[in-house]
Amino acid sequence: MSLAIDNFHFDGSEVGEKIQNLGLLPHMDQVRLLGAGIDVHDTHVAGSFMQQNAEGIHLHQKNEGIELLGIKQALKKYDGLPQHFWKLLDPNQDAITQKAHDVLHGGYFVRAKKGVKVTEPLQSCMFIKGNRVGQSIHNIVIVEEGAEVHILNGCATAHDDEEALHLGLTEFYVEKGGKLTFTMIHNWGNRVCVRPKTAGIVAEGGVFQSNYILLKTVGDLAMYPTIKLDGEGARARFNSIIVAPEGSQIDAGNRILLNAPNTRGEVIARVLTTGGHVINRGFIGAYATPVKGHLECKGLLLGGGSVHTIPELFSQCDGVELSHEAAVGKIAQEEIEYLMARGLDEDEAASTIVRGFLNVDIMGLPKQLQTAIDEQIETLNAHNAM
Amino acid sequence: MLEIRDLHVSIEGNPVLKGVNLTVRAGENFILFGPNGSGKTSLLMTLMGVSNYVVTQGSIRFKGVDITHAPMYERARLGIGISFQRPPTIHGLPTGKLVELCGRNRNVDPKALAKKLHFDAFLDRDVNAGFSGGEIKRSELLQLMAQKPDLILFDEPESGVDLENMQLVGQTVHDLLEGEKKEGSLLEQGRSRQTCGLIITHTGYILQYITAHRGQVLYHGKLMCEANPHEILKHIQQHGYQECLRCLSTETPLQAIVKS
Ligand SMILES: Nc1ncnc2c1ncn2[C@@H]1O[C@H](COP(=O)(O)OP(=O)(O)OP(=O)(O)O)[C@@H](O)[C@H]1O
Ligand SMILES: [Mg+2]
Repeated sequence: MSLAIDNFHFDGSEVGEKIQNLGLLPHMDQVRLLGAGIDVHDTHVAGSFMQQNAEGIHLHQKNEGIELLGIKQALKKYDGLPQHFWKLLDPNQDAITQKAHDVLHGGYFVRAKKGVKVTEPLQSCMFIKGNRVGQSIHNIVIVEEGAEVHILNGCATAHDDEEALHLGLTEFYVEKGGKLTFTMIHNWGNRVCVRPKTAGIVAEGGVFQSNYILLKTVGDLAMYPTIKLDGEGARARFNSIIVAPEGSQIDAGNRILLNAPNTRGEVIARVLTTGGHVINRGFIGAYATPVKGHLECKGLLLGGGSVHTIPELFSQCDGVELSHEAAVGKIAQEEIEYLMARGLDEDEAASTIVRGFLNVDIMGLPKQLQTAIDEQIETLNAHNAM
Repeated sequence: MLEIRDLHVSIEGNPVLKGVNLTVRAGENFILFGPNGSGKTSLLMTLMGVSNYVVTQGSIRFKGVDITHAPMYERARLGIGISFQRPPTIHGLPTGKLVELCGRNRNVDPKALAKKLHFDAFLDRDVNAGFSGGEIKRSELLQLMAQKPDLILFDEPESGVDLENMQLVGQTVHDLLEGEKKEGSLLEQGRSRQTCGLIITHTGYILQYITAHRGQVLYHGKLMCEANPHEILKHIQQHGYQECLRCLSTETPLQAIVKS
């Protein structure tokens, strides 16, 4: 979809003030961030970072095993990060990457130090406040050998009815035996345009897990992250839960390239539309042997809207096990009736099935976050009067 | 408790039940026999209110209420329960959670109930996801234990159950229908005898575990040959369902087996 980038201003005029902790944000902003899974009290986290419009307004590193910097600071400290900055993404790819290359507002740099295993998530918020604001950020994540880290990326706008454009570039580097869990929760608005560009590379024995949760309306979102499994035995898994209310236009996919022997990739997506339009893509390519990959796209339609799933598998060798499973439809009448036979009325039955469909248990999220997401799904259920 | 009058049912326009009359009184267990495709499952599904089964004529009353066209959940809440033969899988819904839902507002302890069925290891698994035939049976029973219906519809409760589990399944069906044996309290036992069952069986194994009060053969969508269920079973074992054909042709269906 072509995008009028020039309709948004990237001059960074609405600069936020630096704050000591997220609890000092205006209450309304806190509520919006909570909706994106952010713990504003910084309690159960390894550190926090917050970008508001063009400005990094908060940075708090709690765990010594992690280096957390603003991207500009990191570029200065590490001489432009020649090994990592723009190494997986190409400025010439399209108008979005070009713009992001020309205008850099900020973003974070995370380095999980060799062998360090951090259990609490490191949280980062990408926040947009104001009308017609364009935000351009670039994140770099490096998980050094044997390190483990969980990054929780919450994105939100201050108002759900203002126009905004978010360009978010992220490059992931998972070194030998490292493990990165990247959870992204979006809480945009119906006039927000979102263009993340994500690429990652995983070395021998490394693990990359992405969890993506979108429960709120987003005007126009397009993303198709790519993870390359370049080291033997590396693994990647994408779990996505996408809810598209009326007014959402979403084109979201996940791509895994199995470039080394014994690599394994999984893409699992659940898409629920209550009126929005969703294209859900998936691609797993096998370029080495033996490798395994599985794609699963399930779409559920409640009311209007559409779901278009496009699962793709590519192989150029034998010794490859690739499969996909896609299904799109309404809630099966048989399942509704099964629950009605146990005394649930039609609405209760439908919302029980929807809750199961949007089950985030598989993501293995920290308890607190899991509870917060479950609560959101409950209210979603109640509001949609399914 | 249950009164079925002149019930005609079609599936996708094809008649499957052609004038069924049946009364089951409180505390009674009624056994339903009949060859494959005769309409037994259809009768239970119709009683439960499953949508494909369209009543074209006749009526169903339960506890004095006309439920011929009532939605399923109303029937369930009124006290009808069913053990399905091929229930669907529900992804993302743990079995234990469904058992809780079956209990409605009563506080049920899924774990304790499941232990009785040696089924506690399955509570965290999604409902029917990859369950074997025998496991499905136990899952259905577990839901019924939480639900405590007054009329229970069993569709071949013993099919697919191995010999070791048959004892467990049989005992559970017994407990559901006749109440668990409680020492001393005759009153308790008397009260639980209000529950009634409509049970489909081919093998008759289940009859060893429950009091089978009455029975009938469903043939070509009609009920005939009311007799002692054990007698019917013996008769079918010896002569197959040929006798039913004979009954049909002589137009003297009732009591035919008893007389012969
Ligand atoms: N969806 C359907 N469309 C058309 N015919 C159907 C449908 N479902 C069932 N039938 C038919 O209805 C008839 C009665 O089926 P039913 O399942 O009630 O038999 P049954 O007595 O339970 O048999 P069994 O002993 O094999 O379980 C059968 O001939 C069956 O093929
Ligand atoms: Mg049957």
